[in-house]
Amino acid sequence: MDYALQQLVNGLTLGMIYGLIALGYTMVYGIIGMINFAHGDIFMVGAFTALIGFLLLGMGGVTFVPLALILVLVLAMAFTSLYGFTVERLAYRPLRGSFRLAPLISAIGMSIFLQNFVQVTQGARVKPLEPVVQGGVVLSRGGTVEVTLSYMQISIILTTLVVLTVFTLIIGRTPLGRAMRACEQDRRMASLLGIDTDRTISLTFVIGAALAAVAGMMYLLYYGVIDFFIGFVAGIKAFTAAVLGGIGSLPGAVLGALLIGMIETFWSAYFSVQYKDVAAFSILAIALIFLPSGILGRHEVEKV
Amino acid sequence: MSAPDPILVVENLTMRFGGLVAIDALSFEAERGDITAIIGPNGAGKTTVFNCLTGFYRPTGGSIVIRHADGTTYPLHRLVQHRIAKHARVARTFQNIRLFGGMTVLENLMVAQHNRLMGEGGRTPFALMGFGPFQKREAAAVERARAWLDRVGLTPRADDPAAALPYGAQRRLEIARAMCMEPVILCLDEPAAGLNPRESEELNDLLRSIKAEGTSILLIEHDMSVVMRISDRVVVLDYGQKIADGPPDAVRDDPKVIAAYLGVEEEEALAVDAALHQE
Amino acid sequence: MSGAAPRGMAAIVRDAGLAALIALGVGAPLLGLRTEPVGRGLTLIPRPGLLLSVVAAVFVGRILVGLFMAQRALRRRVISPAPRAMLAPPGFRSWLGRAAGPAMLAFALLLPFMPGIGRYEIDLGTLVLTYVMLGWGLNIVVGLAGLLDLGYVAFYAVGAYSYALLAKHLEIGFWAALPLTGLCSAVWGIILGFPVLRLRGDYLAIVTLAFGEIIRIVLLNWVGLTGGPNGMSGIPRPSFFGLPFSMAGGEGTFAGFFGLEPSPLHRIIFLYYLILALALVTNFVTIRLRRHPIGRAWEALREDEVASRALGLSVVAVKLTAFATGALFGGFAGAFFATRQGFISPESFTFIESALILAIVVLGGMGSQIGVATAAVVMIGGFELFRDLEQFRMLVFGLAMVAIMVWRPRGLVSSREPSVALGARKMVGAEHVAEGRG
Ligand SMILES: Nc1ncnc2c1ncn2[C@@H]1O[C@H](COP(=O)(O)OP(=O)(O)OP(=O)(O)O)[C@@H](O)[C@H]1O
Ligand SMILES: [Mg+2]
Repeated sequence: MDYALQQLVNGLTLGMIYGLIALGYTMVYGIIGMINFAHGDIFMVGAFTALIGFLLLGMGGVTFVPLALILVLVLAMAFTSLYGFTVERLAYRPLRGSFRLAPLISAIGMSIFLQNFVQVTQGARVKPLEPVVQGGVVLSRGGTVEVTLSYMQISIILTTLVVLTVFTLIIGRTPLGRAMRACEQDRRMASLLGIDTDRTISLTFVIGAALAAVAGMMYLLYYGVIDFFIGFVAGIKAFTAAVLGGIGSLPGAVLGALLIGMIETFWSAYFSVQYKDVAAFSILAIALIFLPSGILGRHEVEKV
Repeated sequence: MSAPDPILVVENLTMRFGGLVAIDALSFEAERGDITAIIGPNGAGKTTVFNCLTGFYRPTGGSIVIRHADGTTYPLHRLVQHRIAKHARVARTFQNIRLFGGMTVLENLMVAQHNRLMGEGGRTPFALMGFGPFQKREAAAVERARAWLDRVGLTPRADDPAAALPYGAQRRLEIARAMCMEPVILCLDEPAAGLNPRESEELNDLLRSIKAEGTSILLIEHDMSVVMRISDRVVVLDYGQKIADGPPDAVRDDPKVIAAYLGVEEEEALAVDAALHQE
Repeated sequence: MSGAAPRGMAAIVRDAGLAALIALGVGAPLLGLRTEPVGRGLTLIPRPGLLLSVVAAVFVGRILVGLFMAQRALRRRVISPAPRAMLAPPGFRSWLGRAAGPAMLAFALLLPFMPGIGRYEIDLGTLVLTYVMLGWGLNIVVGLAGLLDLGYVAFYAVGAYSYALLAKHLEIGFWAALPLTGLCSAVWGIILGFPVLRLRGDYLAIVTLAFGEIIRIVLLNWVGLTGGPNGMSGIPRPSFFGLPFSMAGGEGTFAGFFGLEPSPLHRIIFLYYLILALALVTNFVTIRLRRHPIGRAWEALREDEVASRALGLSVVAVKLTAFATGALFGGFAGAFFATRQGFISPESFTFIESALILAIVVLGGMGSQIGVATAAVVMIGGFELFRDLEQFRMLVFGLAMVAIMVWRPRGLVSSREPSVALGARKMVGAEHVAEGRG
């Protein structure tokens, strides 16, 4: 029981990280209907930027942990957003309105490029980071195992919740959010009504990248090691989560991510670590057989 | 008059979408060899009837039965969709034209003959290798397509992509494609929409000739001149219910039909009428 | 990027300045600083020189692009009417279209005997042909039926492993094993096809991708059967219809039977012709299928699923035949790969492989056989050109994928050839051809 509780906490943490990435996928999908395959690698860039940020602060002598965390968060979000912006400008905007597979291939090309860019510039070896946040709260000590909620997990969960709230407010309450929703509904109509759709799309990529940077930083803190390849697997998982939740739906992305995080954690804990991805993917396939548009996705009925 | 010989019997057909009742216990029959029109205001449920008939929707309740001339019956409400076209031989066109735009006009008509060709030896390895008796079947299919192209005046455009045709030609092609299936009943969803008067006249002739050759027709149409001139019987729907059913002349003068088209309740229509008389 | 009108120098410089600024921002953390291990941790090494030179390069490059665009816009204004037609008269174009296929075939057939062609070139040709075959196989699923499959490598893997298992454990020869491996892959195609029948577009894409990953992970972890990450080695090499290729020569070997000097080149040339034959079979079957009701049903499904259903096509049958046929050829290619390498491991069947094959299909122009073949030559050949730049090869490759798509979003050969015609066959322009929603 305690063991299960511990897994629940771990699954939640992992799910939150996936959720932050999944939001980027689902937003871009919602607005321009493409799979931004390079998004996982944007997340990886975010993790690297955060790593460099921590190293810089360490060398600069900033030792107050909350300050360091906030500074790195801002830094990582800012630089990674720039990546989101640039990728959209170079690889996707010229293909706007073209045939569906062209941006997909372009995105795959971008993903390959980003991975190798980081490999070439930063080296292929894994990058460790000393634990920044240590310790935790012991939730229960009874039984054979103790259940702990590490400060790290607390900060991941809290940060995610804060970011999600801010972000939901942006989408719900600001003109930018309104413009995004309008573009999602009907891009041509939105542009006829005077919404700068190019700018809105750019901003969507920027926000998505910023969220991915948060995820990257959390991943770095949680696991303590990163390499240039982490974006691929995490990206696929997050995309899976977005599809499971119903692609285009923001709450769906978070829900799907929590589910994938849980499935993965519990599967590793009770069955086998090697097959955890198989479990996640199989559950996706099975879920889609019964819910072809995901859990919270709008069920598209084609009008005949 | 001979005894009634319905090709299509619809009984208590009901289709619900969530809370919306698009068709409400609808019953009607279509006589073999007739042109039966289904009319009604926008949103009355006409297209939904077609969608139930051709297997796009599974009806919430009721039955739809096709009876071939040899007496075989097909319960469409229980049939897997592709069997409806293949065995029950029901063909349809769409309110929003749906052609295979990137395929040529001729190819569109060849796709319609898929099941026949597959049944006529299309599954043998010879068919794949491109020799043997299958080639003859294929040539016959091309001939059948060409005959239909001649009838709808599209032979000169046989090798052009369907999407490149003008609107009226696309409508005709859709009918020709449906007819290449050699259906027993042809369901047309607003075939005259967007046609100019001359094209509309040609359509009337085409439908009459199809009828003369023995294919029954189910016709959804807003253009009353078409409906009144070519249909043998008219079924009027409003809010998913049948409000009138009979020969065109009788239906035209039915106050319930007039009220439905004016968009007011029957009593209101009468009240308006009365008020006008008092003045 | 903005505006077709020619712009002044000031605007171009301003634009380039902005680009350089963005490059500075993008490059600052990753180019400007390098993480280096010290002890158990990391330290940062600044690289301002590298960063600044990249920023400068972006600035200059952007100015050049700006000038080029302005020049082009100006030229367009002066001589606007159809400069393209002058470049390639339509007659020449269609002649090129008709001649390209036979020319490529002749080249492929003669390659091993051309002067200056050695072992390396033949090996490269074999590799290119493997991708031509894989591209043609995936083209059936993506290009004809319009079903987006991101996990095609799974069938390649199933083919390779089933051949390896059949040949090693049951000692079945290549020619007997080939149909079995094809069958095996086709069955997997159907198994994958069933759950995804109702899925559309990106849902289909992610499930096929997931399927590819599942197969790879299983191969990686089922050590007892597949050898896990160490892979399987000692897979029997092909023989010339029962005559082994042996350096010893003598009675009963290929060289001995034909009275030739034993040479390692024999096997390599044989493998080259083997894959050429397999690829040609794939091509032939695809061309025939396109003119067959089944192939027309695939294309009809791509064009409009609703209309296809109304005409009595069974979507289940149409999709499953497409998946199975595509998988079949993927399986053949896999069997060939296994016998050629003699060693296989899960590393050869990663997502990148699927992406590469899909890129070949899309770059080729979905549905075009000659386009896919050309794309395979360009992609694999181009990749090989950068072989010496080991580290930068994938970097350039990724950028090239982006650039090619921006340059030709609908691929090299974007028009579609009708499968049947009353008069002369006229190509259908890309603007009419649907890409499918599956
Ligand atoms: N798939 C569906 N899901 C939900 N509601 C539907 C669906 N299909 C039809 N409806 C609803 O059913 C009602 C009847 O629609 P239908 O298309 O049959 O009308 P119609 O008589 O063909 O109208 P029109 O003359 O405009 O073509 C409408 O209110 C429509 O919105
Ligand atoms: Mg309608």
